[in-house]
Amino acid sequence: MATIYIDNAPYEVKDGQNLLQACLSLGFNVPYFCWHPALQSVGACRQCAVKQYRDEKDTAGKIVMACMTPATDGTRITIDDAESRAFRAQVIEWLMTNHPHDCPVCDEGGECHLQDMTIMSGHTYREYRFTKRTYNNQNLGPFINHEMNRCIQCYRCVRFYRDYANGGDLAPFASHNHVFFGRHEDGVLESEFSGNLVEVCPTGVFTDKSFKQHFTRPWDLQSAPSVCVHCGLGCNVTPSERYGALRRIRNRYNGEVNGYFLCDRGRYGYEFVNGAGRVRQPLARCKDTGELAPVPKDEALALARAPQGAAIGIGSPRASLESNFALRQLVGADRFFMGVPKRGHQLLSSMISLLRGGPARVPSLREVGEADAVFVLGEDLTNTAPLMALQVYQAQYRAVLPEAEKAGIPAWNDAPVRELLQDKRGFLALATPAETKMDVFAATKCHAAPDEIARLGFAVAHALNAAAPAPEGLAADVAALAAGIAEALRAAKRPLIISGPSCGSEAIVLAAANVASALCAAGLDAALSFVVPECNSIGLALMDAGSLDDAMQAAEGGVDTLIILENDLYRRADRASVDRLLGAAKNVVVLDHTLHATAQKAAVVLPAATFAEGDGSLVNNEGRAQRFIQVMPPQEAIQESWRWCGELLGKPWKNLDVLLAQLGAVLPGFAELAKLAPPADARFGGQRLPRQPHRYSGRTAMQAHLSVHEPQIPNDPDSAFTFSMEGFRGAVPAAVVPSYYAPGWNSVQGLNKFQEEVGGPMRGGDPGVRLIAAAQGARAEFRGAPPAAQATRGAERLIVSLPHVFGSEELSALSGPVAERAPQPYLAVNEADAAAMALSQGDVVELSVGNAQAVLPVEVRASLAPGLVGVPAGIAGIPAVQLPGWGTITKRTEG
Amino acid sequence: MSEKPLTERIRPDGAPVTLSEYEQAGGYQAARKALGGMAPKEVMQAVKDSGLRGRGGAGFPTGVKWSFVPEGPHPKYLVVNGDEMEPGTFKDRLLLEGDPHLLIEGVILSSYAIGADVAYIFLRGEYLLAERRMKEAIAAAYARGYLGKHIFGSDYNLELYVHMSGGRYICGEETALLNALEGKRGNPRTKPPFPQISGLWGKPSIVNNVETLCNLPGILVKGADWFKGLSRTPNGGTKLFGVSGKVRNPGLWELPLGVSVREVIEECAGGMRDGVSLRGIIPGGASTDFLTEEHMDVALDYETVAQVGSRLGTGTMIVMDDKTCPVGMVRNLIQFFAVESCGWCTPCRDGLPWIEKTLGAIDTGKGQMSDLAMLDEHVKWLGPGMTFCALAPGAMAPLGSALKYYREDFERHIREQRCPWK
Ligand SMILES: Cc1cc2nc3c(=O)[nH]c(=O)nc-3n(C[C@H](O)[C@H](O)[C@H](O)COP(=O)(O)O)c2cc1C
Ligand code: SF4
Ligand code: SF4
Ligand code: SF4
Ligand code: FES
Repeated sequence: MATIYIDNAPYEVKDGQNLLQACLSLGFNVPYFCWHPALQSVGACRQCAVKQYRDEKDTAGKIVMACMTPATDGTRITIDDAESRAFRAQVIEWLMTNHPHDCPVCDEGGECHLQDMTIMSGHTYREYRFTKRTYNNQNLGPFINHEMNRCIQCYRCVRFYRDYANGGDLAPFASHNHVFFGRHEDGVLESEFSGNLVEVCPTGVFTDKSFKQHFTRPWDLQSAPSVCVHCGLGCNVTPSERYGALRRIRNRYNGEVNGYFLCDRGRYGYEFVNGAGRVRQPLARCKDTGELAPVPKDEALALARAPQGAAIGIGSPRASLESNFALRQLVGADRFFMGVPKRGHQLLSSMISLLRGGPARVPSLREVGEADAVFVLGEDLTNTAPLMALQVYQAQYRAVLPEAEKAGIPAWNDAPVRELLQDKRGFLALATPAETKMDVFAATKCHAAPDEIARLGFAVAHALNAAAPAPEGLAADVAALAAGIAEALRAAKRPLIISGPSCGSEAIVLAAANVASALCAAGLDAALSFVVPECNSIGLALMDAGSLDDAMQAAEGGVDTLIILENDLYRRADRASVDRLLGAAKNVVVLDHTLHATAQKAAVVLPAATFAEGDGSLVNNEGRAQRFIQVMPPQEAIQESWRWCGELLGKPWKNLDVLLAQLGAVLPGFAELAKLAPPADARFGGQRLPRQPHRYSGRTAMQAHLSVHEPQIPNDPDSAFTFSMEGFRGAVPAAVVPSYYAPGWNSVQGLNKFQEEVGGPMRGGDPGVRLIAAAQGARAEFRGAPPAAQATRGAERLIVSLPHVFGSEELSALSGPVAERAPQPYLAVNEADAAAMALSQGDVVELSVGNAQAVLPVEVRASLAPGLVGVPAGIAGIPAVQLPGWGTITKRTEG
Repeated sequence: MSEKPLTERIRPDGAPVTLSEYEQAGGYQAARKALGGMAPKEVMQAVKDSGLRGRGGAGFPTGVKWSFVPEGPHPKYLVVNGDEMEPGTFKDRLLLEGDPHLLIEGVILSSYAIGADVAYIFLRGEYLLAERRMKEAIAAAYARGYLGKHIFGSDYNLELYVHMSGGRYICGEETALLNALEGKRGNPRTKPPFPQISGLWGKPSIVNNVETLCNLPGILVKGADWFKGLSRTPNGGTKLFGVSGKVRNPGLWELPLGVSVREVIEECAGGMRDGVSLRGIIPGGASTDFLTEEHMDVALDYETVAQVGSRLGTGTMIVMDDKTCPVGMVRNLIQFFAVESCGWCTPCRDGLPWIEKTLGAIDTGKGQMSDLAMLDEHVKWLGPGMTFCALAPGAMAPLGSALKYYREDFERHIREQRCPWK
């Protein structure tokens, strides 16, 4: 700790900070632009000027930039002397010489850091009387709007995009007051983290293009704390709504999970909530037309009800724990199945037992960023778990940070740190079927078939610990690779092994765990992290139910009613098997929010709430349970699936808390869920929590053309929130912070006021409860057996699926901006294989795999491991068969 | 006549001094001596003893600067600053074009002293003749074994490259120069850390001006006392002094440090042309404060010029005569600085264009009395410590001093709503 003096009063601050961090953490208001808590200091904007004094006797003092001045013991400053105030106001006035002052038409207006800092600086009257410079804007693709005239040249955008997120196609151009931030030419921003520019940019240069399509003033949005549903990481998000439409997603800070950032799938995937494919009324198959048609709720419920013990329930890894549990209650535990095919099911349960077995730590996403060496097996992280990729980049940076500190450069002094470190990075090894975006940042990479990846993993584990099983007949180059990886991992203090189910290989997952165990046995603080495909994959797996294949078997020979929860089975298994399953049921009931292929086959469809209209809990890849709270009242007949199940059961749960109590009693592993957020009857200062900000403007006017009476506030039985601007506005637990408004802080930067210290945990602790813990001090055990070398099968090829951040995930792919970025179906072959098969780019081939066929254009890819054929995961037009799998490829000849 | 160790070999016909001519005149003796038996520390000590101060503008003692280079890590770099984009400054060009081997020898000596493995000469983009001649000289030096491996038969290796600037004034600022050399944007860097600790590619580096390094061979051969004796003041050595403006004989001369302004202007430059008289002098490149007639007898060395409120800078003066409008002249300079601002920090990037437009308004008869207060404020707000680097404070030097010495001229422009000189 260091003692600093602000206006002669002593304050204790953490060592190694700069004055700006220290002052903000102490609660003082110091304006800033170029500094960002995750991007640190560069001293460009000069907005954070304060006055520093040499000692008690110094009365003259000297203006310094708070963000560039270490808060060392005995530092004396004042924030509010006339000279530094005048300078700070002058900085705003300079920035305003070219700023267009177009707040009334600017999407940032009302939540703009530039507006806030202008007010904070006290600058009001502008003396500048000359012309302003103007820029041409660029079309940057479907996510980001560009309006360069508003730029204040703080350089945050490029520092985030290039330095933090390893992006390449956004840069500063030109110089003096013509500096331009954009791409070398119009075009889609390539980074999967581009959407963060919206929040990183303190002005209206980079704004959310999807929000623009249905824009509303930010103070007229109502918001609630939520969790992203588009991959397994559980990033915290803040969705916002007006007039029944979900308008946008913003980051919600969780220091243990996503911190300040989201990926573009998570930010732009939300349009499925507003989509034309939504089910809003109960549907039942009309006897005359055979089509699904709206029916009254009671009728639908009657049609959907099954006699006791006559229904089979298929749950979903993308539905909440509550909804899965409710279905389980409805059909009975032994008739409840995970809607995940056998292989995925098996992988999930072995991943959970490996995580639980220890001895390796199970890291949070924050802790991923603290690893000093990383080995990834089988996962293309930017496409399967984007924020984990971003954290691996940070881990690589932080791993070498001590070198800068040794040279006397504090970690917050960003530019010199990066200058000193150049392209030095912490160790990263990647083993994947095809090239990934992260390859260029890896020390070691190898592209190989799943079994070969597993063999490499086993070889690394064996190189670290002779007790770990070794693969047989390893090629010399692979053995050397393994030895190199093992050596680098052993040299680390906090090595991290990342793997997951993307290759469909249990051997890979076991190999990853063996490596982690071997590192623990060597006395290192090793961590093991698994990526999982969906937002509640782990939660569902923790319920311990049979697989989709088991369900198919159970339904064999006929079943009365099949209830399918938020699951499009046609994405999980091949058409024929799903057809057979649906055909085996007399009555097929689907609970979902979107009318997908499975729902279209149902006899009854009950409209389910999305995350935006419902409450529930999800468990992320590390086993962290988190609550999402509805941001808008459900419209028409929509309600949470768990409510539908309650009604079908004839014993509806009064609210979420009642259901959670039962869940905790039935499945004690979930007892903690009740602690994820305050219960619905919690009151703060006697009040509920408002979803709408204090400046919500339309309250009495919005409906005035219909009625001059204020509409009834919709009831929210499940949370402490209300759909109103009235309620408690003091300190609340992080799980129920709906936005970051604070006096004088209307932009996302107001977050500072909600954290224990800037960049630290949320006040009162970050939200979420861990349901999985690695066994403490467990002995390192080695499991599994290395597979034999990847065999060849004559003319058959091993078909693998290649994940795409945009397109592979079901719900986000329904969102216009994301769909625009999704790939067209393709069949990728390695160059040598293409030559051997006489295929060239653009040829049309017929793929036959499992019992499915597809006709696809050929894409020749140098980066795909030889012998493999890749197809994009989860894209329409690609058969939903279990991959990897053996298949044949025949070239189509014209005519 | 006083000694001229920097320029004595330079040929009057404008051709460069060849390697053999240079050696005939005693060239490369210093390098032979240093590499043949002196430890790097001894070379550094000799330079420290000489009191040599940097000729790039800031006047920092060269030996002291070198001593901050840590001994251990390699590679280390020496970077020669030959950017010379300061308005009114044309001194390094003479050395680069006229006697390239003098610089190469200086490079060898300084590189040896700091343990550099590689040296770069960073040249102003327009200095094409200098580029050609430096490259020819370097090739000749390599061919003789004076560069490359085992220089002069010693264990010491040094590679030397010429790099041409993309052409921005800011790339003369030593840390922006390093960025430019790395292929990055020419923005200055945060200091500390200084280049001695983390310079080119994050490695220990020294940036020295061309003229600074050209002093080294003499110092090494003839010693510190000789060097100190060259000067009339405690600052050792000679210095290239230049004069531009409406003098009879504009040019560049090597003179002892400590000569008076009067001697340079009247004796070397031949005094003012007929019909004009002197009103002001910018003593050391555009980013130094005006001096006036009353300063004619000020001795040109680092301390004395500073005492009268300006800086020796690059030692190349711009003389302003009474037929030149001071507002117009300052406007012209500010125009340069505003365009050359790198755009990194707010006061400079956005303040300079505003100043420029305000001066433009005054100069074209559209000034307002309140503009003077605005200009005064800006002189303060763009001063040292307020901006990220020294470009903006440099720009404020001529403006601030013009507002002091020629305030009446500014006011007259505004009162009369015209430029009295037009
Ligand atoms: C805006 C700016 C431009 C500069 N341009 C040059 C230049 O062209 N040449 C030069 O030698 N020094 C220039 N300098 C000074 C350098 O930063 C540095 O002080 C110098 O190269 C150090 O060499 P010395 O110690 O040998 O003088 C400039 C400084 C600033 C702030
Ligand atoms: S675009 Fe935004 S983030 Fe980038 S420099 Fe301009 S104001 Fe800053
Ligand atoms: S990384 Fe995953 S959880 Fe996080 S925002 Fe992206 S899709 Fe959502
Ligand atoms: S003062 Fe600022 S804007 Fe000007 S050149 Fe230096 S760093 Fe760039
Ligand atoms: S925030 Fe300190 S200079 Fe920009």
